[in-house]
Amino acid sequence: MNWRRATAEREPAPGRPADRSTAAGIEVHELTKQFLTPKGNVFTALQAVSFTVEPGQFVAIVGPTGCGKSTTLGQVSGLDRPSAGTVRVGGREVRGLTPGVSFMFQADALFPWKTVLGNVQIGPSLAGMPRQQAGELARDWLRRVGLRGFEDRYPHQLSGGMRKRVAMAAALINTPQILLMDEPFGALDVQTKAIMQNELLGLWEQLRPSVLFITHDLDEAVALADKVVVMTSSPGAVKAVFDIDLPRPRGEVHQIRHEPRFLELQGQIWSALKDEVERAYAQTAGAA
Amino acid sequence: MTAQAGVIATAPTAVGSDLQQRARQRYRRRLGLLWLARLGVAVFIVGGWQLATTWKWVDPFFYGQPSKIWQSLVTLFTQGSEFGSIWDDIGVTLREAVYGFFLGTAVGVVLGLLLGQNRFLAGVIGPYIKIVNAVPRIILGSIFLVAFGLGPFPKVLLAAVLVFFIVFFNAYQGVREVDPNLVANVRVLGASPLQVARHVTVPSALTWIIASLHTAFGFAIIGALVGEVLGSQRGIGLVISQAQGRLDPNTVFACMAIMAVITLGAEFLITLLERRVLSWRPPTHTESAGL
Repeated sequence: MNWRRATAEREPAPGRPADRSTAAGIEVHELTKQFLTPKGNVFTALQAVSFTVEPGQFVAIVGPTGCGKSTTLGQVSGLDRPSAGTVRVGGREVRGLTPGVSFMFQADALFPWKTVLGNVQIGPSLAGMPRQQAGELARDWLRRVGLRGFEDRYPHQLSGGMRKRVAMAAALINTPQILLMDEPFGALDVQTKAIMQNELLGLWEQLRPSVLFITHDLDEAVALADKVVVMTSSPGAVKAVFDIDLPRPRGEVHQIRHEPRFLELQGQIWSALKDEVERAYAQTAGAA
Repeated sequence: MTAQAGVIATAPTAVGSDLQQRARQRYRRRLGLLWLARLGVAVFIVGGWQLATTWKWVDPFFYGQPSKIWQSLVTLFTQGSEFGSIWDDIGVTLREAVYGFFLGTAVGVVLGLLLGQNRFLAGVIGPYIKIVNAVPRIILGSIFLVAFGLGPFPKVLLAAVLVFFIVFFNAYQGVREVDPNLVANVRVLGASPLQVARHVTVPSALTWIIASLHTAFGFAIIGALVGEVLGSQRGIGLVISQAQGRLDPNTVFACMAIMAVITLGAEFLITLLERRVLSWRPPTHTESAGL
């Protein structure tokens, strides 16, 4: 944990001294979520899921399709309620919406009717910041994600990577305690994905929110996270947890992929994941 | 970043002027041809009608004749109808249609947004709205006439009823089509239900609502006219029903033409509004094709 203190003592980003959020830890304990299907059957999406995210830790969740990864995020954000078990954020049990949370989805959830500036500014505006001040802050964030000069564009005028930057600025502008990311880079091409991963790591190291990052991409999980949680196919349960002891700051994401330790970890996680993927595939194939 | 900026700034700087000129020429030629063909269609239809009635293939007594319709139009605008200046009649009908349009739109939008957001309310009221929608509402004109007399009010009401359902269903659907991720996003950021409506639901539904206004105004005109035909003291509908009594199809056609021009004008205004309010939308191909 030495590297973390090192980053904490580092000079804050120029011009932005008051940027540091106090990250909150997440404790998920025996979380079970069941749904009633339209036919009247009970569908168990999550089965006694337990894991923790230390304050400021970057945790990735990998697992086969339909293993309840996204459901987990809904529980942590408080948008959804657990059927059994508890979710604690910052030591307090989640009832209703968790404060200090930002979301980032695979589909860039930008407002098509707002300009880039308007999209980024919505967070502080909703938090009650005066319009002008929110605008200033949003401009500053757009500069940080490299979108200066695009303030007045509408989302449909931007490329996929640029929209992701806007979404990232919008998610981080409130300096969230917790950042929930649901396959945020899933729809990007490989090059853009690598660039965005680097930028995410850079911004995360400045702000240090706790991150819960869902992905299909094992390389992405290992390259970015401190801890990788592997989930089983439905009902979703925690199969294994891997600590990623690659040193921080990680540097370029596409270079770390060739390091021996990376490959070793990746291999271990893949063997844990493989059975589940195959099982999930067999299930869907059987159902179809 | 410069590479990505290049995606946006597509303005060509040094394209061969020869190529440009030829492309422009081709475009102009195609546009000329288009207008020529449009004019041809009009000449064919109106001219055919005129000739067919002149040669008595069809009876002008029933179907009118373009030249006589033009005469009726001239008469209507120079001498007025039997009730006074035609402008007063147009004014009466237009006012009824516009009031009905705004009333119906306002109620439709409010109810559509409410029901779209509230599942319980939608469950309770939804079936009734479907039932009322299945009723031939134009018949309500008779009821309104008996209840509220010959003045403009029953016409406004009839127009509003017709407009309401179109706008309502669109507003309702618009709310239902809202991206759930967007709602989750602002809710997580701490938005109150009112703020969710302001930032997400209403702007999202606006696309649908404005699209419905095009059709809705046509229905407002229909409501006002039918109300007047059923019974009134002034208005284009009254001129039409009187002409019908005199077995004068030319005046009926003339009134149709007047109302068509007015509806086209309103359509133009609604399109302006649409462009203004929905400026964030990417230009669609149908729009750029001029349809």
